[in-house]
Amino acid sequence: MDLLLVILVDGLIYGAWLFIVSVGLTLVFGVLGILNLAHGSLYAMGAYMTASAVGLYFGAGGDAVPLGSYAVMILAAAVVALLVTPVLERGLLRHFYHRDEVIGVLVTYGVFLILEDVIKLIWGVEPLFVYEPYDLLGLVEWGPLFYVAYDFLVIGAAIVVGLAVWAFLNKTRRGKVVLAVIHDREMSQTMGVNVDRVFMLAFGAGVFLAALGGALTAPMISVSPGIGVNVIIVAFAVIIIGGLGSIEGAAIGAVLVGIARAASVHLMPEIELFIIYFVMAVVLVFRPEGLFVKTQTRKI
Amino acid sequence: MKILANTPLAAGLALAGLIALAFVLPDWALFLLTIALAKGLVSLGIITQMRAGLVSFGQGLFFGLGAYVAGLMAHFTGVTDIFLLTVLAVLVTGIVGVVFGPLLSNYRGIFFAMLSLSLSMILYGTLSKMTSLGGTDGLNVAAPTFVGYEPEARALSLSLYLYTVVIVVIAGTAMRIFFDSQQGMISLAIRSNELRVEYLGASVRRAHTQNYIISAILGGMGGVITALAIGHVDPESSIFWTISGEFVFVAILAGYLSIPSVFAASIILELVRSFSNLYFPNTWQLALGIFLLIVILTLPNGLGSLVDRRRA
Amino acid sequence: MTFALETHGVHKSFGAVTAAADINVQVPERAVWSLIGTNGAGKTTFVNLVTGYLDPDEGQILFKGRDITALGPREVTRAGICRSFQIPQLCGELTALENMLVSLAISSPTPPSFFRRGRAADAEDRAMEILERFKIAEYAPRLMAELPAGVRKLLDIAMAMTGNPQVMLLDEPTSGVAAEEKYPIMDLVMEALAAENVTTLFVEHDMDVVTRYSERVLAFYDGRIIANDAPDEVLSDPQVQRYVTGTIPGREGPN
Repeated sequence: MDLLLVILVDGLIYGAWLFIVSVGLTLVFGVLGILNLAHGSLYAMGAYMTASAVGLYFGAGGDAVPLGSYAVMILAAAVVALLVTPVLERGLLRHFYHRDEVIGVLVTYGVFLILEDVIKLIWGVEPLFVYEPYDLLGLVEWGPLFYVAYDFLVIGAAIVVGLAVWAFLNKTRRGKVVLAVIHDREMSQTMGVNVDRVFMLAFGAGVFLAALGGALTAPMISVSPGIGVNVIIVAFAVIIIGGLGSIEGAAIGAVLVGIARAASVHLMPEIELFIIYFVMAVVLVFRPEGLFVKTQTRKI
Repeated sequence: MKILANTPLAAGLALAGLIALAFVLPDWALFLLTIALAKGLVSLGIITQMRAGLVSFGQGLFFGLGAYVAGLMAHFTGVTDIFLLTVLAVLVTGIVGVVFGPLLSNYRGIFFAMLSLSLSMILYGTLSKMTSLGGTDGLNVAAPTFVGYEPEARALSLSLYLYTVVIVVIAGTAMRIFFDSQQGMISLAIRSNELRVEYLGASVRRAHTQNYIISAILGGMGGVITALAIGHVDPESSIFWTISGEFVFVAILAGYLSIPSVFAASIILELVRSFSNLYFPNTWQLALGIFLLIVILTLPNGLGSLVDRRRA
Repeated sequence: MTFALETHGVHKSFGAVTAAADINVQVPERAVWSLIGTNGAGKTTFVNLVTGYLDPDEGQILFKGRDITALGPREVTRAGICRSFQIPQLCGELTALENMLVSLAISSPTPPSFFRRGRAADAEDRAMEILERFKIAEYAPRLMAELPAGVRKLLDIAMAMTGNPQVMLLDEPTSGVAAEEKYPIMDLVMEALAAENVTTLFVEHDMDVVTRYSERVLAFYDGRIIANDAPDEVLSDPQVQRYVTGTIPGREGPN
């Protein structure tokens, strides 16, 4: 029974992290129709930006208000979004909106290659560490177990992100416009929606969410070249399980994968490295387009 | 470009030219060409599927299987004969292709790309965890022998290069014949309009499955030769998704119109890689990425469209 | 007597929309019938159901007495029922000639070869022959995007004909075609079908075309067949005039 609880908690922590790193990917696909292979690199940029910014913050006397470092992390993610979005979306991606989805994958694969090196050029190849935000909240004692409180902060962040995206899409006027574009791009265009602006907004949100995922992860890892390479594939698996373009799907997919991985870590560690892909393959066999997308018959 | 339209003549010229190179080029260039040609086989497999409209982002699965056939056989049985290893790699990848082909033939576009990728990552995860098979460190691969002939040094790299050239020319010719055949033409029709092909009475799934199995075998042959040339195999450098990405890169660069351009593109990639590694190790991916974007923007049908005017 | 095509109590709905309700027809061999009805009346659904693109929720479809209800498009085509499309389904990256070559390669009795050249000289000759028969040979080297609408229609039908069908369903063979091309296209197609004794059903909006080419008319309304008789009888039926041809205005449904 205890083991079950441990698996559940570990699974939720990992699932929460997965949701944060993948929700932006599914949002961008839903609106722009582009599966962004460079998503992992944007995550990495968020992590690096955080490592630099939080380092600066504590170097400049941030010790007085250590909790301020969390604000710095969010700010770092926002800076990445503001810098990258205009270049990538306006400069490149908009040329490919009406092309095949696979072309989108190839173009963003090119962007991925470029960004991986850009990151090395800016931040070098030596690993960076920012452990302060991770240790700040101390440990939580739970029965015989100890958890790092920061892990629960990640769950909290995932819930906040999820609710914020949901509320934006369903409760604000601009959000409803985005939903309309997801639902039917051409129809929205004829209804007078400024699709260009919606695309840029959605892509910006996607970049911010990717970078935020990196920002939240930076204190838990050594920030070094290649951290984005694994994330992108994991995020893909999550959103494909959930159904491309579905926010609810990303949430369910993340929890499903999180718990499956936690279970494998505790029960069958040898399958841990591929349990995600296994879950994805099984889901696709039974639901060829993921859990939250209905297969549609082409009209002839 | 009349010459290229005549398959046997083009194959003969390619064979003669590549063999002649062997006596001119220094060792490092022979090694580079061997790797580039072997990896070109894998991209040729991607091209086979691309002609029917599918792009696999998981060809590392078959490349890795082929490479591990060489590694495991040398490690556990001491078999180093290159002909035997190639046949084994073809068998193993062919069987895996027969198993997964029918399953994957249900999927299109991004779902096919990602499902094939996930299969390769399952193999990657498994091999990384299996310390008995070398784990993340991988295995050393013994130098190949050629039916009893055990060359060393220059003779070894020369033999391996010539073997690769022969395999590549045979495979390239066979694929040209297949692409031009009735079956090959059906693949192009599927790429344009699946529904019409089904309504003409042909099975689209069957064509995809055939192409998948062929691409699996080409991937396995590329893998076994590469492993023998490098002398080492590990999950990171033979199965991980970024490797699969490079195979797709070459396929996109080449386009599906011309087979020699696949190998040309593969050679370009290996040249860029080795020179950049030498002179600017931290920006070679940057150059590659920019190159890829330029190709997609300016040559949507790849280098091959420079040769095949009709579709340029 | 066995019929070329029979449907018994065929029913199909999409959610709340009934696209086919209790469809019963018996088409004798060599018959030439037309299907009329407003958009959404269920004509294309009928074609899709017969050719296996859709599976009916209820009912049975028989081809010369053989149950083909559960078969998909490929099996139905192989059995001998072919179709054309309202929007021509051509292979856009291939030329008109290559489209025809692919069709011939697939429909030949021997399975498509891995070695035999797709563009072998004799295959090209046969393909050109068929293109000539449909008077579109001059377009052989053109890609689909460069073909006029009428040529696309003819190519679409010519490709379906390579399957040597015993039953042919034509979905709006003259839609999108210039008025003066309608009769020449219909003449060509109907002549080719008659020469092979093909049982033909065609969907048509132009009542002059309907009366000129079909022996019998099925009038569709709201997923049902509301009239099934000779053209003159159907076109003078008050229900048909109200709900299909619009010659008598009306508001309510037939029931």
